[in-house]
Amino acid sequence: MCLTVDFNEDKSFLLLNSAYICGMKALFRIILIVLVTPVFSQSTLKGEVVVVENGNESALEGVEIYWLGTTTGTVSKPNGRFEIVAPKLPAQLVFQYLGFETDTITIPNLDAIKHVMRIASAEELDEVVVSKTKASIQKTYFKPRNVVNVSSEELLKAACCNLSESFETNPAIDVNFSDAITGTKQIKMLGLSSPYLLITQENIPMVRGASQAYGLTFTPGPWIESIQITKGSGSVVNGFESITGQINTELFKPLTAQQRYLNIYNALDGRREINLHLNGVLNEKWSAGLFAHANQRTQNNDMNDDGFLDMPTGDQINLLGRLQYTNAQNGWVGFLTLRYLEENKTAGELQQATPNALRSREYWVSTVDTERFDASLKTGYVFPMRTYQSFGFQAAYSSHDQVANFGNRIYNIGHDSFYTNLIFNSIFGNTLNTFKTGISFSYDQFEEEVDVLDFARTDRSAGVFFEYAYNDIDTWSLVVGGRVDKHNRLGTFFTPRLNARYTPWERSALRFSIGQGRKASNIFAENQSLFFTGRTLSIESTGGNFYGLGPERATNYGLSFLQGFSLFNNQGDLTVDFYRTDFIDQVVVDWETAGALRFYNLEGKSFAENLQIELSYELARNLSMRAAFKTYRVETDFKSGRLERPLTPDKRYFANLDYKSTPNEKGQLWRADFTYHYIGLQRLPANIRDGVGARADGYGLINAQLTRVFADNFEVYVGGENLANFRQENPIIAADDPFGQNFDASIIYAPVFGRMAYIGLRWNSKK
Amino acid sequence: MKKFLVVFAVLLLPVGVNAQKKIEKVAVEVDGVCSMCKARIEKASFSEKGVKSASWSVEDHQLTLIYDASKTSIDSIQKKVSLAGHNTPLFKAPEEAYQSLPMCCKYRTVSDH
Repeated sequence: MCLTVDFNEDKSFLLLNSAYICGMKALFRIILIVLVTPVFSQSTLKGEVVVVENGNESALEGVEIYWLGTTTGTVSKPNGRFEIVAPKLPAQLVFQYLGFETDTITIPNLDAIKHVMRIASAEELDEVVVSKTKASIQKTYFKPRNVVNVSSEELLKAACCNLSESFETNPAIDVNFSDAITGTKQIKMLGLSSPYLLITQENIPMVRGASQAYGLTFTPGPWIESIQITKGSGSVVNGFESITGQINTELFKPLTAQQRYLNIYNALDGRREINLHLNGVLNEKWSAGLFAHANQRTQNNDMNDDGFLDMPTGDQINLLGRLQYTNAQNGWVGFLTLRYLEENKTAGELQQATPNALRSREYWVSTVDTERFDASLKTGYVFPMRTYQSFGFQAAYSSHDQVANFGNRIYNIGHDSFYTNLIFNSIFGNTLNTFKTGISFSYDQFEEEVDVLDFARTDRSAGVFFEYAYNDIDTWSLVVGGRVDKHNRLGTFFTPRLNARYTPWERSALRFSIGQGRKASNIFAENQSLFFTGRTLSIESTGGNFYGLGPERATNYGLSFLQGFSLFNNQGDLTVDFYRTDFIDQVVVDWETAGALRFYNLEGKSFAENLQIELSYELARNLSMRAAFKTYRVETDFKSGRLERPLTPDKRYFANLDYKSTPNEKGQLWRADFTYHYIGLQRLPANIRDGVGARADGYGLINAQLTRVFADNFEVYVGGENLANFRQENPIIAADDPFGQNFDASIIYAPVFGRMAYIGLRWNSKK
Repeated sequence: MKKFLVVFAVLLLPVGVNAQKKIEKVAVEVDGVCSMCKARIEKASFSEKGVKSASWSVEDHQLTLIYDASKTSIDSIQKKVSLAGHNTPLFKAPEEAYQSLPMCCKYRTVSDH
């Protein structure tokens, strides 16, 4: 694995980089050594705090001074002087005083310091305070888009362990069940599967193309700082691909993340995970971070005795390193992020589920091996005197290589991708009228092997975008955007988007959105479950650019109303959403004949409607609840007539209770979390077992988790998934004839594995 | 690609034009209580021509202003804010304007938070 991105001038980067690619084991060892090196320094830092008024310096009393991320702090005396026990240096010291700018400065050694406090700029103080009181799922009253922010605290509630599993306590996203072959949980929004979502990492498109099916499992949960979920039409800035919405993931930043972090997870189904993070401030401007993740399952599970594994065995190693540059004086910020991932999964018939038994034709075995490398560079410049004006530039490269066998079927895909985006933000007159404009370019090269067929292709596109936002502060706001793209296979086209927000009365927001999106059809990468069936594939070509088929295009529009309220002195909010997606062009995946799978262009209508009513309420000071009712109508004109989309529940109910005890004087507390999901009727694709037009009944799932916080840097959690032990009885159709046409391991409407318990711990270095 | 660069350059034109402006950034303390006050104070600031950015903090009552000093001054912005009913370092809000504020915004009587 060699780098193709060249940033040679930076030595620390090269160091990181070579460790990354060439010696992962050594790297783990290094992390372990650093992690266990004890911190024994009991020295004191002395200094004074002053303020300059009319050219005269005077001492400032009562300034709060503490080490970032710790509880070690002091307050300045009447003469402005202070003393504070110092941790291992360098470390970051925070100066905080109401009405003054909160400063965080890096202390390299124990030399006495003198700090000058400045009068606050309002926004900065705002930010500090908001982050302290932030709810773990935050809805916005003022933004024109329907965005739900999920904080890292909320992510702790999810049982495990990666991005695809992070949405279990969040009704905006529906999580489906992992199939027995890949163990991957697919997600849906507004009734449609993830390829119709734009999934970005720090605003760089990430889960797309070859990584569409499994990409969400490539981001470990502990790496995630927050997730922003946009329902409905989103911004044009990140491309033309989003149709039902956007999920953006922010990873932890080396400057603000815990310096050392350790997480260990162990589940009864045999899954083990370990996460190690190492972050440090190198000097005033640079900080660096290293995030290492490994997971493994060696245990064979077959709860339903069908001779097939209920979940794959395998392992993943995932390493991410990043450099952060911040220069408050000249307004430049930047990130350089590198990631390497290797994953191997084996599934299939229990006795012989080893790579050696592959293609023996005696046993059905599958292996999916993935290797991936990502590099991204982000820089931004904020004009110091005009903080409303900024430039942003991002460039990303990824190389994805999947080699997979499913029984005697082969599916290999390689995807090299390059993406770059330049954005300029500024105002028209004042900050009530802002705009974003820029250009983007993307290049995707695919090599795809489906059984004996080769589908190599290259996608190139360049686009220009402009987005204008108006905000009248209290009553309404509007975002209008558009982009023009020139794509070698989609042609030249315009993508319009609009979002509006109106506040009719206090604590409410009425939102409307409408927009279009389109995408290249990657029919195999997006429908990999077809490979674990014996169905005969056919593509009904019309001479289009995508496997003989056309591209996909849809319009999405919706209304959302949010109302906050106080009841018995407790806070709550109620949201009602309605969204509809209308496909203009679509590739229909037709499972409606047993033993066959057909792809063809949509003729007629295809749409998805979703109504959601959601209530959040603080039942008591330590206890909050969230409940949602969702109903779906997702229908497509198949060649055999209009039908509901298969494996799409007609209803979903959701309830979550969340308890957090009051911490005692040592900071110890309990956290408990209980989630109930009800999944409604699902139409099943035609197959020999269920026939045509069969439906799976609705059922409920219960998850719970209990966490004991022993100290503010150490906690242990236990939990259970699917506590009522609901299982799909026969997940694999024709399991006794795995190479026959009727074999089908893809029709999964409920968990295959029953009740599952897990235990884990989290430790950090307190700063 | 070339075409896109041209379009992008055209979109950036308005930025290049305002080079002769004299941009200043100042923070002043303005009396107020809640998020309704925030909206009122910011709206009043924007009603003065030349104000580029105005942001009032509920927490520390600082109004941060970025404005074009060739078009307006910090004094005239403060005047506008005081006329909306909020005291500034230079101007006390007229009694009439203060009385017309909703109950929750009466900073002279409502105890802070």
